[in-house]
Amino acid sequence: MSASFERGINSFKEVLDAPIASFFSSCVHCGLCAESCLFYTETGDPKYAPIRKLEPLRRTWFQEYTLLGKLAKAVGLSKPVTDAELEEWAPLVYDSCTMCGRCSMVCPVGNDLTYAIRKMREGMAAAGHAPEGLITATSRAITSGSPAGVKWATVQAQIKRMEKQFSMTIPVNQPDVDYLVLMSSWEILNYPEYLGAVGRIFKQAGATWTLSEHAYEATNSGIQIGVSDLARELVGRIVKAAEDLRVKCVISPECGHAYTAIRWEGPNLMGRPFGFEVKHILEVLDELRSAGRIRLKGTIDKPLTYHDPCQISRRGGVYEQPRKFLKALAPNFREMSDTGTMNWCCGGGGGVGANERAEPLKIVAFKRKKSQIEELGVDTMVTACANCRVTIEEALEHYHMDVEMLGLTELVADHLEESAS
Amino acid sequence: MTCLEILTWARGPGLALALAVGVFGVLLRIIEIQALGRKPDFATPRDVTPGSGWRTILSRSLPPPGMMKRAPLTYFGGYVFHIGLAIAVFGFAPHIELIRGLFGIRWPGLPNLVVDLATIAAIAAMVAVLAGRLADPVKRMLSGFGDWLAWALTFAPLVTGYAAFHHMTEDYTLLLAIHILSVDLLLALLPFTKLFHVVSLFVSRWYNGDIAGRKGVAA
Repeated sequence: MSASFERGINSFKEVLDAPIASFFSSCVHCGLCAESCLFYTETGDPKYAPIRKLEPLRRTWFQEYTLLGKLAKAVGLSKPVTDAELEEWAPLVYDSCTMCGRCSMVCPVGNDLTYAIRKMREGMAAAGHAPEGLITATSRAITSGSPAGVKWATVQAQIKRMEKQFSMTIPVNQPDVDYLVLMSSWEILNYPEYLGAVGRIFKQAGATWTLSEHAYEATNSGIQIGVSDLARELVGRIVKAAEDLRVKCVISPECGHAYTAIRWEGPNLMGRPFGFEVKHILEVLDELRSAGRIRLKGTIDKPLTYHDPCQISRRGGVYEQPRKFLKALAPNFREMSDTGTMNWCCGGGGGVGANERAEPLKIVAFKRKKSQIEELGVDTMVTACANCRVTIEEALEHYHMDVEMLGLTELVADHLEESAS
Repeated sequence: MTCLEILTWARGPGLALALAVGVFGVLLRIIEIQALGRKPDFATPRDVTPGSGWRTILSRSLPPPGMMKRAPLTYFGGYVFHIGLAIAVFGFAPHIELIRGLFGIRWPGLPNLVVDLATIAAIAAMVAVLAGRLADPVKRMLSGFGDWLAWALTFAPLVTGYAAFHHMTEDYTLLLAIHILSVDLLLALLPFTKLFHVVSLFVSRWYNGDIAGRKGVAA
């Protein structure tokens, strides 16, 4: 893949579609997108206004696909996009946007700016302006199967650990089962308890499931960086494993962008609907509980709140399921001021977490979440995305905040009727 | 050319020309948008969500939770201006008469006092949002010639209409002619400025609602 400015502009032209054209046509420069974006609210720097992040893409559209723009370009009233400009824009497109989608919920003319940023990244990457951290993560994902370089041997080690800890057998490469379980690098490395939790829950539910040594990693940095070819390659591995094993459903783990990648973008990357279902683990847990296949016991009485991972809630539609569990398990569950589909991002999604250049900005952006937590006065926060969890845990450390983070799947597993003490 | 001749041109050939340019422009820009097409979505929607795009067309007129507090001038100024303008344009009896003459449709007008107050409110809101645009760093950064032009194109008919109605100069005919000329200009330039949002927001809101609706989110 050789990057060049020309390829970048061609990619811009290719990704521009009717929705984006309508968004650019409708913008009235009201600035409300900035007010909805944590990178603006926490820095006060106008350059982080979401619509501005799209300026090179907007000008490409104006000059290439509108009569007025063509005329303006011909007489020199609209300057062509330059490579230097794309370079200047890279930190805006990659470092100060987590594709959280909050601006898309707020824009009064209905612009889905996140949709456009996702597409714009295709051109930015093609022009060679993707951040180093994301390029490395994507290359590792292609060569080793995981953006963090996690090999199957590492997964095997964690499988053994969980099998020993919970006295269970974790099935691998089992065909004709209900579920193919995927994990994110963070879960494999930092939170292997997720795997143990899934095993315990499925045991009670009597669900058949498996891991696949050919497709264990759910995260897709090809989507975060904006290279559809690579994203397709990564999704393709999961699709092949799911089809080879003839599973009924692929479960996206507690990882927001992984869910977007496999559930919403996956079929479009492959150019066809899948022959199996794709669900987020919270959806599966909710279904099992509704069907009476898992039973809960006991409660956590301390006050706690739930951080909605953007890609699971706002961009994924899974916001009722976690609340059903929390209402059942935590009598002192409290909602943050902006919550559900209007929740504020942790600041580390959309590849920002893998982008070292963005690190200082990410910490500043976290001040939004910090004030939400402080306003509520809780010291326990549950979430359902390992990337959110890592971002938040790091930032809590930075700000010397004593708040415990919990994964919802583990919380459910810890309160299964059988395992409750 | 006398004032009466200017007035006659403005509401005759001038208006027809403005409408023709305006309609051509709107059609051109809609075609420009739709010609770009949209790839099919192979992801199975969460629910069957007919109408999510249409729902967003309506729902996006209301501020999302917490936003009014963050940007009170933008929202409040925006509502007062848009509602005031709508009342002035569509509630004033002579405007309705003009529309009836052109298109044959009519509806009851509002009392002059209501129209008058709405016009004053809209003018005041426009001044306030302009001041807000100049003062707010984000809006100032986003603003260019097109923003000032769009503001002026909208402000001119409001102010000239108000002045004409109150006979604020001795030459009423000239004032009315200027008012109608400003409307002609507005109609002709609407599709080529950001004022085109009056048409395109139905499209953009629809796409937004449809994209989110497929994922089970009411956007």
